[in-house]
Amino acid sequence: MRHIISILIENESGALSRVAGLFSARGYNIESLSVAPTEDPSLSRMTLVTAGNEEIIEQIKKQLNKLIDIVKLLDLSEGPHIEREMLMIKVKAEKGAREEIKRLADIFRAKIIDVTDTSYIIEITGSPEKLDAFVRAMHKDLILEVVRSGPLGIARGPKGLSL
Amino acid sequence: MEFSGAEIIVQCLKEEGVEYVFGYPGGAVLHIYDALFKQQAVQHILVRHEQGAVHAADGYARATGKAGVALVTSGPGATNAVTGIATAYMDSIPLVVLSGQVPTPVIGSDAFQEVDTVGITRPCVKHNFLVKDVRDLTLTIKKAFFIATSGRPGPVVVDIPKDVTDPRVKIPFEYPKTIKMRSYNPVTRGHYGQIKRAVEMMLGAKRPVIYTGGGVILGEASEALREFVRKTGFPITSTLMGLGAFPGNDPQFLGMLGMHGTYEANMAMHETDVLIAIGARFDDRVTGSIKHFCPHAHIIHVDVDPSSISKNVRVDVPIVGQVGLVLKDMLHALGEIEIQPQSLDDWWEQIRKWRAMQCLQYDRASPKIKPQFAIETLYRVTGGDAYITSDVGQHQMFAAQFYPFDKPRRWINSGGLGTMGFGLPAAMGVKLAFPEAEVACVTGEASIQMCIQELATCKQYGLPVKIVLLNNGYMGMVRQWQEFFYEGRYSHSYVDALPDFVKLAESFGHVGMRVTAPDQLEAAMREAFAMQDRLVFMDVVVDPAENVYPMIEMGKGHDEMRLSPYTTELA
Repeated sequence: MRHIISILIENESGALSRVAGLFSARGYNIESLSVAPTEDPSLSRMTLVTAGNEEIIEQIKKQLNKLIDIVKLLDLSEGPHIEREMLMIKVKAEKGAREEIKRLADIFRAKIIDVTDTSYIIEITGSPEKLDAFVRAMHKDLILEVVRSGPLGIARGPKGLSL
Repeated sequence: MEFSGAEIIVQCLKEEGVEYVFGYPGGAVLHIYDALFKQQAVQHILVRHEQGAVHAADGYARATGKAGVALVTSGPGATNAVTGIATAYMDSIPLVVLSGQVPTPVIGSDAFQEVDTVGITRPCVKHNFLVKDVRDLTLTIKKAFFIATSGRPGPVVVDIPKDVTDPRVKIPFEYPKTIKMRSYNPVTRGHYGQIKRAVEMMLGAKRPVIYTGGGVILGEASEALREFVRKTGFPITSTLMGLGAFPGNDPQFLGMLGMHGTYEANMAMHETDVLIAIGARFDDRVTGSIKHFCPHAHIIHVDVDPSSISKNVRVDVPIVGQVGLVLKDMLHALGEIEIQPQSLDDWWEQIRKWRAMQCLQYDRASPKIKPQFAIETLYRVTGGDAYITSDVGQHQMFAAQFYPFDKPRRWINSGGLGTMGFGLPAAMGVKLAFPEAEVACVTGEASIQMCIQELATCKQYGLPVKIVLLNNGYMGMVRQWQEFFYEGRYSHSYVDALPDFVKLAESFGHVGMRVTAPDQLEAAMREAFAMQDRLVFMDVVVDPAENVYPMIEMGKGHDEMRLSPYTTELA
């Protein structure tokens, strides 16, 4: 099963490699991992998406907690939460196709953020499923490049992951 | 007072009460060596190879319970230390390893003797640090000792670039008395509700077994364990790492369990209905095939490390806490409840039958020295009260089986990583910690050659350890597997061209001795141990064909042991 785990970690050099190294050493999957400092610059927040049966997920959480630099973690999948991912896509936008691409972007509430004679860059934010749907909707021959952030997650309601 | 980084390191070691630093100098640590030179409080032991330094610090830590300290230079100094660090990591031994690093401005430039020590050691340390600023040094070393020795102990590496120890840069020094880390809070007490559940389960048991591991020794819980075992009247077995936590000669002790465990211990594991695992981690050498592991049991597991629980085997009652505190709480929960001794009569009767098979029996009439006999002789000669270090292989298993340890921290061996070369340097660390105690290294002719250079260290510092080399000419355990599983094709397990160990010992300035006949062994050992101020290297020529029994082959369950031909038929 897919799990999305939020992690508060000391913002030390090498902290990311400790997490990545743990996953490779123990043979766990990482589907995606995104990390950036928080409002407290001494802390980074990671959002990690992984998959495995309940025993493996339990071990992953225990092993993560065992890392000295990890301050706190929360398995967002255990409760109601919101996931958002950002995607930028560069597409061929030549004469005949430009209008159609613009309409598709509007339908998905995406924004065109770069325009040349022959290309657009479109920005879209949403659940990973929405992003998948948008990419599927775009004609394959038009896609030049796709970059995704990996999901970010936050628990719904007043409670969540903080010190 | 203002100190340079190098002086701060030495001051920190003093503050931590460090007696010995095991190390080897080199370019990146020269400032630190200069600071060591100018003081007396911390004694430096110069080894002959960095692997030896870390194993010696490890032996010291296992024998004393305090953190062992090693100091190595950058590059090859650090990579040579890695085997020692991984050894300590697998057995949860508290170490602080200080490694030199190239100066910060050249890190990443492939400078002379540069390696990414933090990167290389990351998977085999509890934690590691790269200190980039001298102002971070004191707090980092304080953290290193705190992390190494608390919770589930383990090695911590502190990588220190040369410019951080620059003697010209002096800063004020104050060693913090205590430390708190928001990201690291090891557990203490176990959950009392869980403890009560465990006790209820234990009281309903018909065929209980207590299974203990190295965690009992690391957690200084030996006394609490003894009280608990006596109070419950339950049979107890131990892993290789837990030997000595409970007296090896006690009638409630079933012997070691696992791959080379006793018949009675392994059969009891197979038949038990309530298994109480304490400070053990369900290692594959203990469990055998997980599919066949304890098929009838409800399992209680006490461990300080939550990630040990339900890692390999799903347990029914997990209790996360320090084993000593949990055992005391269990005793409290048991309170005045009188466990009816007769309720276990049937179970003990069954165990008595298994024991009567005498699974450790061997050919006592052999004209050759049997390795088992050599260990039994060592036990007699040392009154069962020596510190025994070992290397890895058959001799290690024979020592574990035939030297019943009555006290914790007496049995010093590399269990998890299985590091050949561990025994001699570990013995040096033990002997430094306890100069008055008898310290013997039980080894094989293959293992001893992996760190033989430390004989010179023993000479330099006058460390009269006794080396008991069970010389069978083979990598015995490899040979045994080849005999059992490869139709006797002894591929590269025969060590042709062995040195003359007597002359070799003498060339290092020690006493060498060779024993070939069983009837001369005891007298020779007594003579060796009588030489109190000399290292005696006993080359004991043993039967090359002897095997370690019982044996659970890979993929088999506890009830499927391969038994010695000298085992008595089951009644």
